[in-house]
Amino acid sequence: MPATYANILISGALAGLIYGLSALGLSVIFGVVRIVNFAHGEMMVGAMFLTTLMVNALGLDPLLCLPVVAAVLFVFGYLLQRFLIERVAHLPDHMQFLLMAALATTLTAAWLMIFGPETRGVRLSYGYDSYEVGPLILDKTRVFAAAAALVVAGLLFAFFRWSATGKAIRACGDNHTGALVVGLDVRKLYALTFGIGAMCLGAAGAIMVMLIDTQPYLGPQYTLLAFVIVILGGLGSMAGAMLGGLVIGFSEALAGVLFQPSLKSAFSFALLIVILLVRPQGLLGKRA
Amino acid sequence: MTRISAITPRRGGVDRRQFAAGAAALGLVSRPAIAATKLKIGLILPMSGYLAEIGQDDKRGEVLAGRVLPGMGYEPFEVVVGDTESKPEIARAVAEKLVNDGCHILIGAFDSGQTIAAVQVAEQKGIPFIVHIGAAPQITESGYKWVVRNFPTIPMILDDSFLNQKALFDYTKTAPKTVVLLHTNDTYGTIIAKGTPDLVAKHNMPYKLLDAIAYDPTAKDLSLEVAKAKASGAEALITVSRVNDAMLITREMVKQRWNPMGVMTPGPGWSDRPYLQTMGKMGDDVLSLLPWFDPNKPLSKRLVEEQAKVEPDRQLHVNHVLTFEAIYIAVDALKRAGTTEPNALMKALRETHIVDNSSISPAIAFDAKGQNTGIKNACVQNKGGLLKVVIPRSAADAEPVWPMRPWDKRA
Repeated sequence: MPATYANILISGALAGLIYGLSALGLSVIFGVVRIVNFAHGEMMVGAMFLTTLMVNALGLDPLLCLPVVAAVLFVFGYLLQRFLIERVAHLPDHMQFLLMAALATTLTAAWLMIFGPETRGVRLSYGYDSYEVGPLILDKTRVFAAAAALVVAGLLFAFFRWSATGKAIRACGDNHTGALVVGLDVRKLYALTFGIGAMCLGAAGAIMVMLIDTQPYLGPQYTLLAFVIVILGGLGSMAGAMLGGLVIGFSEALAGVLFQPSLKSAFSFALLIVILLVRPQGLLGKRA
Repeated sequence: MTRISAITPRRGGVDRRQFAAGAAALGLVSRPAIAATKLKIGLILPMSGYLAEIGQDDKRGEVLAGRVLPGMGYEPFEVVVGDTESKPEIARAVAEKLVNDGCHILIGAFDSGQTIAAVQVAEQKGIPFIVHIGAAPQITESGYKWVVRNFPTIPMILDDSFLNQKALFDYTKTAPKTVVLLHTNDTYGTIIAKGTPDLVAKHNMPYKLLDAIAYDPTAKDLSLEVAKAKASGAEALITVSRVNDAMLITREMVKQRWNPMGVMTPGPGWSDRPYLQTMGKMGDDVLSLLPWFDPNKPLSKRLVEEQAKVEPDRQLHVNHVLTFEAIYIAVDALKRAGTTEPNALMKALRETHIVDNSSISPAIAFDAKGQNTGIKNACVQNKGGLLKVVIPRSAADAEPVWPMRPWDKRA
């Protein structure tokens, strides 16, 4: 029985890292551009469809498709910010929310029209393999996916910490007026940030097809999950997003073991309520 | 507001009586004028929303009907499809629109909630309604006058699924001593979970139900659920799953190296095309206990041929057959009624007796409540990406593989 618990907890941790990467995109965009991306899940579903197409048409591994899909999503995010979101940035928050919700609905309809309603999956040569370490059984796909999520998140942290562009973006997020005063091209940096956030979604989508089969209506649940994770970890905090993902992964695993598996989602939301009451800024968020 | 009608009496013109007399003299009234009207069928389906996959699959039966029924001597008909967006409130609005647009018969609607909403409109408007898929008992137990159903109720499905299991165990002389139930926590999964313990006792099943594990069908990870099921030590798995979770469960069973004697499911996901295509050999040997068609009947063979012409890479599915049969029932009723007048059409529908059918029932016929009580389930097994009937043996087109093969013996 202890081995069963250990297996379940490890599985939860691996899943949590992937959840964390998908939420990272939401956190990056909100932390700098201050736009709540309600089309988060729908954009990731687009990345999942693109990856599935590439895998099935070209016989590539999803992890090899990841850079291409991430690049496509970067361009999409950049153009979206430049030609749509930027134009409503001066409007009240609720107008921006409505715009993003409309975008989400439009994207879902687009995926349905382009790809049809059928679920699409990929077959991986290692899709059914697992590592046996003593009494533990580690799912090979999940190990690869979690490792890829960690690498992408690490690259993103390095970019924001050490590159000049990354520092400039952080400056925009910290002090918009100050960034303008020192001559930073804030419009371009905002577009870059949205592109990078979308790129995270592209990477997460490419990884996610290793675990989940794709259909047009997956978007809203991923959007909701990402919101829960970033609020838990701290809105705008990149490390918080990864930590939030891990916490959700663990809590779902524990809830399933200690209570009923069908209570996993309820447990995550209960945790969110507790965090909002006790530490409203999230685990790693800064107090406003 | 001034309203001018072509039959408004005018001074010095023709009044209604004169018009009727003239028309009668011309033979326009005395002959069955309405019978010449093309039957307009409103097909209510979830073409978008979370059930879009199934709704669009159901619609393939309408294509088959258009190709097959004229060759069987039936008049041409028109089908107008209404999209429920997978929502009962939209189903109701769609039904109203289809009636207002002149549909003589409604067919629908796959999901019981949406079907009930649409049926209520048919009752109010006095328009016949044929339920092609929709298992909630109240559809034919609420005293509705305008409804017939060519689909089993949930109790019928459940009873049949246990009878077919017993038939399988008897035929293969192998039965599990213990089972675990892994089920979605939606309406269908919960109903089956609640009914299973009683049905195990009622049918004197050879196994003991060790545990029932509920899960959220939208879950992205079912490793925990499968681990719990495996830890129960059960010899076989009974599961109620949609297609995405069916795939997750299968993958987890393989990865966790759990080789039960078999996977048995009252559906619906394990026989869906995406499951068969994506899972490949790992999807083989699963047994679905579902309403199905008899592949050996002449009409089924005809439908298989037509389906192969329309989409060679898509096997005929019961979703197609049941939509086809609903349209078949409608045009057959028109043929006997000779008119699209709703009362006459409904009377003909209630008197339906079609023996050249495809589903597993001796005939398409309805009792006083409008229910086809003879329609049966089958035990359908996944074999090489195809679905084959293995039980009942009278409708079988393959031998059952039971116990199912271990995962590592399939590569």
